[in-house]
Order: sequence, then C-alpha cells, then structure tokens
Amino acid sequence: MQGKPQVRHEPSARGLAPRFEVRLRVNGAERRLRLRPWTTLLDALREYLDLTGTKKGCDHGQCGACTVLIDGRRVLSCLTLAVMKEGAEITTIEGLAAVGELHPLQKAFISHDAFQCGYCTPGQICSAVGLIAEGHTETSDEIRESMSGNICRCGCYPNIVAAIAAVIHGALS
Amino acid sequence: MIDFDYVKARDLGDAVNLIERDPAAKFIAGGTNLIDLMKENVERPTRLIDITGLPLKEVVETQGRGLMIGALVPNSDLAYDERITTRYPLLSSAVLAGASAQLRNMASTGGNLLQRTRCLYFYDITTSCNKREPGSGCGALDGFNRMNAILGWSKSCIAVHPSDMCVALAALEATVHLAGPNGNRTIPFVDFHRLPGDTPEIDTNLAHDEIITAIELPPEEFSRNYSYLKIRDRLSYAFALVSVAAALKIEAGTIKDARIALGGVAHKPWRVPSAEQTLEGQQPRRKTFGEAADVILQGAEGFAHNSFKIELARRAIVRALDQAAAGMPQSQSVKAIV
Repeated sequence: MQGKPQVRHEPSARGLAPRFEVRLRVNGAERRLRLRPWTTLLDALREYLDLTGTKKGCDHGQCGACTVLIDGRRVLSCLTLAVMKEGAEITTIEGLAAVGELHPLQKAFISHDAFQCGYCTPGQICSAVGLIAEGHTETSDEIRESMSGNICRCGCYPNIVAAIAAVIHGALS
Repeated sequence: MIDFDYVKARDLGDAVNLIERDPAAKFIAGGTNLIDLMKENVERPTRLIDITGLPLKEVVETQGRGLMIGALVPNSDLAYDERITTRYPLLSSAVLAGASAQLRNMASTGGNLLQRTRCLYFYDITTSCNKREPGSGCGALDGFNRMNAILGWSKSCIAVHPSDMCVALAALEATVHLAGPNGNRTIPFVDFHRLPGDTPEIDTNLAHDEIITAIELPPEEFSRNYSYLKIRDRLSYAFALVSVAAALKIEAGTIKDARIALGGVAHKPWRVPSAEQTLEGQQPRRKTFGEAADVILQGAEGFAHNSFKIELARRAIVRALDQAAAGMPQSQSVKAIV
C-alpha cells in the first residue's frame, strides 16, 4: 500500500489538557489518581496502580485480555477512559479471591486445566464472573457464545467452557 | 491518538451548547468505536464531551403502544429487556448477533447508530479513503474488498455500515429522536443513514450540533414470525458478510406484511419496499421468497473479492424468510442454521 501517514504531530498551541482528579474504588479500596483524559482504565490499572494482572493483548477491544468488572459488569478496560469512571466500583483479577481462598472460577480453571501460557486468563476469568452475574447462560453452546469476546491463542477453549460450566452448575471437581 | 480535552456535560442543554461551540468536539458515551478510531488516528477530536450523565437511559412505553429507547441504554440491557424480548425479539436477536458481551455492556443505543465503517482502508491512515479524507481516492475499489458493499455504492466509496442492531431497526421502521440548538426533531430510520454518493465523508443526517436522544419503536412488533440470520467468516465475534432481518405477519396461512432488511452489503441497512410488497397476499413459499430476493438484489454489483455476496445474500434472504415463516428464528448461540 502506498501513502504516508496523514497525521502531523505538531505541538498544540493550547497546551496539553490538564490532569483530572479521578476517584476509583479498585478491589474495594479507594484510589485517587490524577490522569490525562486519554489514559485508559487499562493503563491506569497497570501503570499507575501497579495492578498488572489485567493484560494488554491488543489495546483495540478485539481480544478481551483487558476485561475487568465495573459495577459488576464485564467491560474492556482498553476502550474505557479512566476519567469517565469517577466513583466506579472496579474489580480486577487481583480482587476476585477472598482472603485466603481462591474464587470458585479460579479453582475451576485450575482443576479443569483451563490455561496454558496464562496471558488471556485474567480476562477470561473476569469475563466469566461477569457472565455468571448476567444470569443468561446455561448450556455449553451459550457459554461458548457468551465468552466469544475472549480469545486464547493456546486454544484452551474446551477446558475454559468446562470450567465455567462446572461453576454455573455448582459442581466443582 | 492526539491530545484532547475532556468535559462532562451536566444536562442535555449543556451538551448541545458544548457541541455547538466547538466543531472539533465529539460526544462520547460507550466509546467502543470512537476510542478505537482515536487510537488509530482516524478520529481526532480535540475535545470529548462525556454525555454519560444525561437522563437518556430508560425504555418507556409510548402513547401509541410502542417503545421509546433512550440513547444511552446499553446494547446488552436493550437485548435482554423483557419488553424487547417479548415484543420485538427481532431487535434483541440482532443485537446479540453483534460484537461481544463486554462490548454490548459498554455500547450505547445511540452510539450503535453512529458507529463507523470497519472498511480496511478507512481504518488504515496510510491508504486512500474518501470517507476519511475527501478527494484522496478509494483504496477498496481495487483492493481487499471482501467486507465491502455490493449495493448502493459509488465510485467514491464502497464501505458498508457494520451494525446488526440497525438492520433490525430498519426492518421495524424505527424513528430516531434528536435534539439540537434549534429544538427537537425526528428522522425516520430509513433516512438516518446516507448512501455514499460523492459525499462519503458524511455517514448520517445528524448535524454536528445535534444529539440522538432516543429511538422509537412503532407498535407493530412482528414477534411471532421473524429471524435475524447473520453469515460471517467466523461463528461469532465477526462482522457480517451478509445478514438478513426478516419479519412476517401471517394470518390464515397468508402473508399480510413483510419486512426484509440486509446488513453487510451497503452503506446503510438495505430495504426494498417493492420486494416486500410482492409477498403480500402470498403463501409463504421458497419460490416466492426467491422472487422477492431477486427484486431486493436488483442492481447488485460486487468487486474482485466480494461478488460471492450476491448469491449468498439471495440464499440468506430465502433462508431467513423460511425460518421466519416456520416460527423458528435463528438462534444466536446454537449456530447450526436450520
């Protein structure tokens, strides 16, 4: 393909936008940050709060590795501006386990061998937590479809579906 | 992404004031398309006006026994709302056929209408694109155009509108409600999105200083005989090659009313009312459906990588109408097409 990029990066005469004060409740703790508007929630979590469990897979909303829960709903943190989430209740993979005990989905992912390299796994588990909370999903076909926003290069899909099904149907091996 | 300023609108009046004063500003709600386009340097607003605080989040009954859907209702809430699943299941099915669960949780109803094409050349700023930069040419014409249009295109632009929800809204004859500095107005859904013509840089008839406030559904529901059939390269999480929203009103074995809209094939959802009229008074039969499909696809013309869509669309129309007539709508989770 011919052509050169059409964006000229000239410094803007008006100067950079200010930093905005943002209060986020992350895994139950109130965190206050001062962020530029363009800081995604993903970057806020990883770079400002050292919560590196949430992964940057594609940064364009196509892989699901950045999935976190906001007010209990699964969303993509790479397409979320942190400044827009003032006061939100955010749960990351680090926040799922109760003190001293793994979350049932974490246990199921282990017992069902649902991860290999582990890179997609935090996003898979957070997405699955959201899926279960949504309450629309029962069959394996429905789980597969409902998890289609989380991709896995290692191909762990059958075991991921089995792990989620096990938790939904209350039977953990 | 260029640097941009951010402001949160206090109310509808504030939002309209802010956008009116600044031609380089854009509204942001779910951000699922806008932020992606900003990361690609395709969209470069110098200010984002956050409208997520506006009271546009309800689904309410209208006087005419239809429904008014607030522009900020998330796609997932819309798809699972009991009033939608029982009275407008075609719309619910179409929404669930699109994107992923996470994206549907984030995306707003209004934003779904305003999402931009996913044409490779629109997205890639190193290529020619008249939509992105008028006058620069159309790289898709002799490029990789599998995901491009077969209907309604012009030599300036062969992009398609990517939404599934909009195909159902077109079939259901929704109305778009807008607010602007000169007050409120409505646009029939068929007139909201434009054909490219020689102004492909303009996707819709929404003015820059206007905001979508709601989508209104009329009382005709088509809740018994409908199907949203989406054909794509993957079983899920992919845009349509061709999709069909089919809805029939059948009384005593005869079609009284028919709605057929296509996605994935044009710059806007494709409906041909004269084709629908050929079905009125007829019995639901494949041969009749095929004849209607031929009318819908009249003038269809593809390119090097997408001419297969014409026959695919014909078969998908027949299959979707078959499913609708049988009362067996395509499931969006059990992928087999029966």
